[in-house]
Amino acid sequence: MTKIKDFIGRYQLSHLLILAVILLVVMPLAMDIFRLNLVGKYLTYAFVALGLVLCWGYGGILSLGQGVFFGLGGYCMAMFLKLEASSPEHTAIQSTPGIPDFMDWNQLTALPWFWEPFHSFGFTLLAVVLVPALFAFIIGVAMFKRRVSGVYFAIITQAIAAILTILIIGQQGYTGGVNGITDLRTLNGWDIRTDSAKYILYFINAFLLIGCLIAARYIIKSKLGRLLVAMREREDRVRFSGYDVSSFKIFIYCVAAVFSAIGGAMFTLQVGFMSPSFVGIVPSIEMVIFCAVGGRLSILGAVYGTLLVNWAKTSFSESFPELWLFAMGALFIGVVMAFPNGLAGLYQTYVEPRLQRFRKPAPVASQSQVVSLEAGKTATTTNSADKEYSHAGNQ
Amino acid sequence: MLETNKSIPQKEFVLSIEGLTVSFDGFKAVNDLSLYVEEQEIRVIIGPNGAGKTTVLDLICGRTKATEGSIKFKGTELTRLNEHQIVHAGVGRKFQNPSIYEDLTVFENLELSFPRGRNVWGALTFRRDTEVVAKVKEIADMIFLGDKLDMNADLLSHGQKQWLEIGMLLIQDPELLMLDEPVAGMSVSERKQTAELLQRITKDRSVLVIEHDMQFVADIADRVTVLHQGQVLSEGSMERVQSDPKVIEVYLGH
Ligand SMILES: Nc1ncnc2c1ncn2[C@@H]1O[C@H](COP(=O)(O)OP(=O)(O)OP(=O)(O)O)[C@@H](O)[C@H]1O
Ligand SMILES: [Mg+2]
Repeated sequence: MTKIKDFIGRYQLSHLLILAVILLVVMPLAMDIFRLNLVGKYLTYAFVALGLVLCWGYGGILSLGQGVFFGLGGYCMAMFLKLEASSPEHTAIQSTPGIPDFMDWNQLTALPWFWEPFHSFGFTLLAVVLVPALFAFIIGVAMFKRRVSGVYFAIITQAIAAILTILIIGQQGYTGGVNGITDLRTLNGWDIRTDSAKYILYFINAFLLIGCLIAARYIIKSKLGRLLVAMREREDRVRFSGYDVSSFKIFIYCVAAVFSAIGGAMFTLQVGFMSPSFVGIVPSIEMVIFCAVGGRLSILGAVYGTLLVNWAKTSFSESFPELWLFAMGALFIGVVMAFPNGLAGLYQTYVEPRLQRFRKPAPVASQSQVVSLEAGKTATTTNSADKEYSHAGNQ
Repeated sequence: MLETNKSIPQKEFVLSIEGLTVSFDGFKAVNDLSLYVEEQEIRVIIGPNGAGKTTVLDLICGRTKATEGSIKFKGTELTRLNEHQIVHAGVGRKFQNPSIYEDLTVFENLELSFPRGRNVWGALTFRRDTEVVAKVKEIADMIFLGDKLDMNADLLSHGQKQWLEIGMLLIQDPELLMLDEPVAGMSVSERKQTAELLQRITKDRSVLVIEHDMQFVADIADRVTVLHQGQVLSEGSMERVQSDPKVIEVYLGH
């Protein structure tokens, strides 16, 4: 059993820096815009996987409905873009010009009230973050205050994902139905379909992802991160140490929702549409698989896991489209059974010890040295993690 | 009113339990129980297995909701509060099986129990400053783990885990400390150390202890309450309780 502790404090900034260089320099230099745009799309899923590391890996809250938040963020952005693409000039041939085309097809004669505020870009940006956060907050309060957890919670989130999909598909006139919101063109007059726009959006996406990684790193290194680990193990003890356990669960669930929503909005911008096929049960479970493959306790693993699985999916489904679902199921079972800590766990057991040999022996040897004598082997394995927060001054 | 005043001593009560009843599907694990704990008192609850001892602690700390009755702690009615609010009011509780965070170090175990930054924002902005470090070290020395601060808690012996959990309560500085079988699984010398520890920490607080080890009980108890089938069977000094025929019957007839 690898200890959760080993992972905390492992996120040395150097690892984050390497990822940043890969995303910001290597990928853009190595790929044409078509492939880079594809990577950008995958990276939007990494936001969701990152959220899952926090709420599932650390908080122990398995949500099988993160697609809901990805979708909410994506739809908020899509509504803004769709309104901009539906100016009266562009839609002059419709029976009601000035409303999105799918509304016109569905015999709507006026813009529904909840679409109105999405004329404003400022409101849209707020909505991308706040709508999913509020929704997660409501679910969180309803579930965690009642102490619903584990499998029950997972099933409920799955049900919510299913319900939202059905709702979106059923309310065609308001949502674009099963096709989703398509044919998006400009953002405040800036054409998002051009190659240069795709480059810029890729970089915005990468910077946002790095920002979320830094935020996630801050959270897991704070006392709140340690509390999450403690709660997974001994929820009662945390409660009887004077913490309102449900408020921490609600918080981390909301953070995961906001990350997912940012990913969703960036998806809409980079891919040019949003549809219910990213909201439902299947995409939500796929996101969990990305997270598990990367290692559910590793925030950087979430990014690598997402890229790897999606790369495999793309290559695989080109040749054997009908086999992909089975392959992914097998991958998930394989990872969970054989490598519960995913890629990050493999890296830690096999790669890092080798790297360590190239480095100078660590000069730090103080208090923890005394302990390792008594604790024997096990203490030495946790040593490097401990040092980072040796007493006084938790950076 | 007058009558109750006569039957109970005139000292300040930290904890007054009156008419407490809890029923699990009709089975009354605690039945119309009344119990009063004074300031700076060490009270020990003894009783046969299944007498309802742990359930009484569960009721006080909010883990189980009472069916009837009242629990007043320094004038605050606890039955209406949540677990964490009860902790904030000044009640700390140790579980029957050592309940610590095995994935974290001794230092971190104590630090998480330090009463600061207990809400989301506080936890995000919590800083390990000199005050925290000093307090953690002070408590660690008190619970005989001063040289084990960096050790992962799962490597501690059973007795040390018990101490660590006591330390996690002490760092909260509760006015009422409740310990469920604190010396279970401890060696003789560890028991002695624990007894001394309890004597020392009771200067600023009241302690409610559940224990089976009679020698240990005799060592620490100011007064003893014997619980049987959810009710108080006998109460008083150790000698008095031990010579009570009702108590003898329950223990021997068991
Ligand atoms: N949540 C519960 N639901 C149903 N029955 C319960 C519950 N909690 C306790 N009981 C029952 O109440 C009775 C008292 O249990 P309790 O744990 O308080 O005993 P105890 O005095 O602590 O015993 P021990 O010395 O073995 O620890 C037992 O018969 C137990 O089965
Ligand atoms: Mg018990």
